[in-house]
Amino acid sequence: MIEYIPILVLLCFAILIAVLIVGASHLLGHRISRKAKLSTYECGMQTIGPTRMKMNIRYYIIAMLFLIFDIEIMFLYPWALVTGGLKMFGFVEMLIFVAVLFVGYLYVWKKGALEWE
Amino acid sequence: MDALGFKFILFMITALVVIVSSILMATRKNPIHSALWMIVTFFAMAVIYLLLNAQFIAVAQVMVYAGAIMMLILFVIMMVNMDKGDEKDTTKAPWSFGKKMAAALLMVILLVELLFGALFYRMTARVGDYPADAVAAAGNAKTVGALLYGQYLFPFEVASILLLIGIVGAVVIAKRNK
Repeated sequence: MIEYIPILVLLCFAILIAVLIVGASHLLGHRISRKAKLSTYECGMQTIGPTRMKMNIRYYIIAMLFLIFDIEIMFLYPWALVTGGLKMFGFVEMLIFVAVLFVGYLYVWKKGALEWE
Repeated sequence: MDALGFKFILFMITALVVIVSSILMATRKNPIHSALWMIVTFFAMAVIYLLLNAQFIAVAQVMVYAGAIMMLILFVIMMVNMDKGDEKDTTKAPWSFGKKMAAALLMVILLVELLFGALFYRMTARVGDYPADAVAAAGNAKTVGALLYGQYLFPFEVASILLLIGIVGAVVIAKRNK
């Protein structure tokens, strides 16, 4: 457990610095609010209609595909640690695993699910 | 303070965070707020895994659950009817007495099961094949790897088929009109 102390210290410092910076600007900075200053400007636009609209399903496909290949990488990590002892056997089993997912990747590609038309 | 006491206090704090945040998750009206409380639960669970010397599971929990799966859940929430997020859903009828009793009974059964399991292990002093300390000595990710790519080879290979079904399913459902 003792080896996590540096992480705890790092976390504490990250929070401390964030609080310090935001707090300092809040206390020291001086604020004048005018109507023009508080209005939306530059890239901000007045919203038209409800802002909570349905998302496009394209985002969902990208998220789903990301998730699946993310899990594939999670499987690769413990494999990388033991593959030295497994020799050829370990290599072949991972090859089968990756090959099955590669079929999926080819399917997605050919189907055009990666295109943003 | 010794290491065991420190661990105990840390466990108590994280367990409290898990319980409170999961209750908040279940009771929020706004689904986005529920999802955010769920992330807190996932992170606290990761700390509990770390306390059990299961570093690999903890990292997987944060990366896959708190990262990827949460993103998927948020997308699903945003794709279904988001306009009624804050409003109370009046279309659904309140639960009937029978339904409530069934849910309560299920809860009691699970709690009793949990208690019996804990008591059984406490009284017989039995441990599993991979206790936390032994795994910590060998290295958690290494133990997982040795098991996954040795003894549990078939489930591992079947998992790739499962992921393939996920890919095909997502594409078929989302790109139906092509």
